[in-house]
Amino acid sequence: MSDHRTPTPEPPVRSTVGRRLAAWLHRRPGLRAGGLLAGPVAWLVGVYVGSLAILFLNAFWSRDAFTGATIYEPTLRNFAELLGDPYPGITLRTVVMASLVTITCAVLALPVAYYMARVASPRIRNALVVAVIVPLWASYLIKVYSWRLILAEQGILNWALAPFGLRGPGFGDVAVWLVFTYLWLPYMILPVYAGLSRIPDSLFEASADLGARPWMTIRRIVLPLALPAIVAGSIFTFSLTLGDYIAPATVSTTIFIGNAIFSNFGAGNFPLAAALSLVPLVIVLVYLLVARRLGAFEAL
Amino acid sequence: MTARLARVGLRLATATILGFIYLPIGLIFVYAFNAGTTPSWPPVGFTLAWFGEALRNTGLQQAFLTSVGAALMATAIALVLGTLAAIAVARYEFFGREAVSFVVIFPIALPGIVTGMALSTTFAQIGVPLGFFTIVVGHATFCIVLVYNNALARLRRTSRSLEEASADLGADSWTTFRRVTLPAMRSAILAGALLAFALSFDEVIVTIFTAGGVKTLPIWIFQSFRLANQVPLVNVAGVVAILLSVLPVYLASRITADTGEITGARG
Repeated sequence: MSDHRTPTPEPPVRSTVGRRLAAWLHRRPGLRAGGLLAGPVAWLVGVYVGSLAILFLNAFWSRDAFTGATIYEPTLRNFAELLGDPYPGITLRTVVMASLVTITCAVLALPVAYYMARVASPRIRNALVVAVIVPLWASYLIKVYSWRLILAEQGILNWALAPFGLRGPGFGDVAVWLVFTYLWLPYMILPVYAGLSRIPDSLFEASADLGARPWMTIRRIVLPLALPAIVAGSIFTFSLTLGDYIAPATVSTTIFIGNAIFSNFGAGNFPLAAALSLVPLVIVLVYLLVARRLGAFEAL
Repeated sequence: MTARLARVGLRLATATILGFIYLPIGLIFVYAFNAGTTPSWPPVGFTLAWFGEALRNTGLQQAFLTSVGAALMATAIALVLGTLAAIAVARYEFFGREAVSFVVIFPIALPGIVTGMALSTTFAQIGVPLGFFTIVVGHATFCIVLVYNNALARLRRTSRSLEEASADLGADSWTTFRRVTLPAMRSAILAGALLAFALSFDEVIVTIFTAGGVKTLPIWIFQSFRLANQVPLVNVAGVVAILLSVLPVYLASRITADTGEITGARG
């Protein structure tokens, strides 16, 4: 860093105002960093952090039951309402769903990620990485909509199962679980793949040399070392499930936290919707803290 | 023998799971050419009629143009802010550097509905009417991280000594930025911008909260897919939505193919 303090000779050829300003700035790295950061920080803090603060404040306002107008007097009424029916049940149901989706994604992601990282040739591996990234970005809404078509009474799933005398799950909780698993699976595959690629070959050789069978190697070497990566992927599966209201509303009539927030928002009860949206916020923040302790941030 | 069996098993599992991932996307492409008007399986015949119909539908066209416009503007803002933040974090030591990288990720790490509620509540509170402008503000906020991540990864891999050499040769900060730093970052920034465009074009969870009466393409699809008579048009719009979210990402991965920077983190 010492070079930054070395005085720069004034440019010999021409000395415009711009160049002098640049030279003056060159001697002041703090000012340059500040200048670079001013815009982004102002935007993120002003727009985003500020919005979160206002959301938090709104959770303490209340709504006049008759006029529907917001009453700007701090009260804990919204939080009291959150403790009564039906919200604890909705919260529990959402967390259970997020956990099930996370576990299913991890189970499905492991063989794919393992194949990509340890078995496939480099050429196939690169092709597979693209093959996983592309559907991750493909229109979220259309993927949800497609499942509505698949699971419909006259849909392709019932058509495919009919010869076996079986039927698909139709719309409902199973459909929500299926759609969420489908939507977030690539988010789990990618970090787990990255995690498994980082395991040195020598560990596998050592394990085999010591007489471990493949299954033992997977249980004692692969899974423990893949854990931070799985937790990293679970940040996505968990947070995305908690924040979604469109997928459940499209393939079921079950109410999850997102749906409860959205319907209160739609009904004009902004203070209660604000208080409700603090629930997934707090859950995700706690989850992030736990994930950090498990080393997930290094695996991202 | 077991190893060979495991290999075959893994290959089979991978193929099955990839099939599971691609089937629903492929289905939309099939339905877009389905002559029938109901989404029942199997399709009844092949037609291109719905594409013509989609071209004549002004509501759909308007929504498409709104989405493209919002995505371009959000990308432009994210491009500038993400690049600036990445340079500051990669090249300077300052108090709160960790906090900056944390705040950038925030809008994408927190559940979408929280972001939507926070923005919507704030716009209502300070009296900004919801519409195109508020859509762009929301999208730009969570797109910054995409440009930032790509630019930062590139800067961390580019040696600082090039910039020092430039300074030693008498170039001032601006010249060094223009002639050394920026060219080194260019493809990474471009890739980030493509991802930002794809995310903005596709986003719906936050957008519903900030759009007011304005319809982006995803909002148009969301409001239309329950209407039986709109189903064929929704399928066509779906094909467009998939292509326009996937193509930029594919391009981005090609641009940075040699570096492997694109990981696909989004939310």
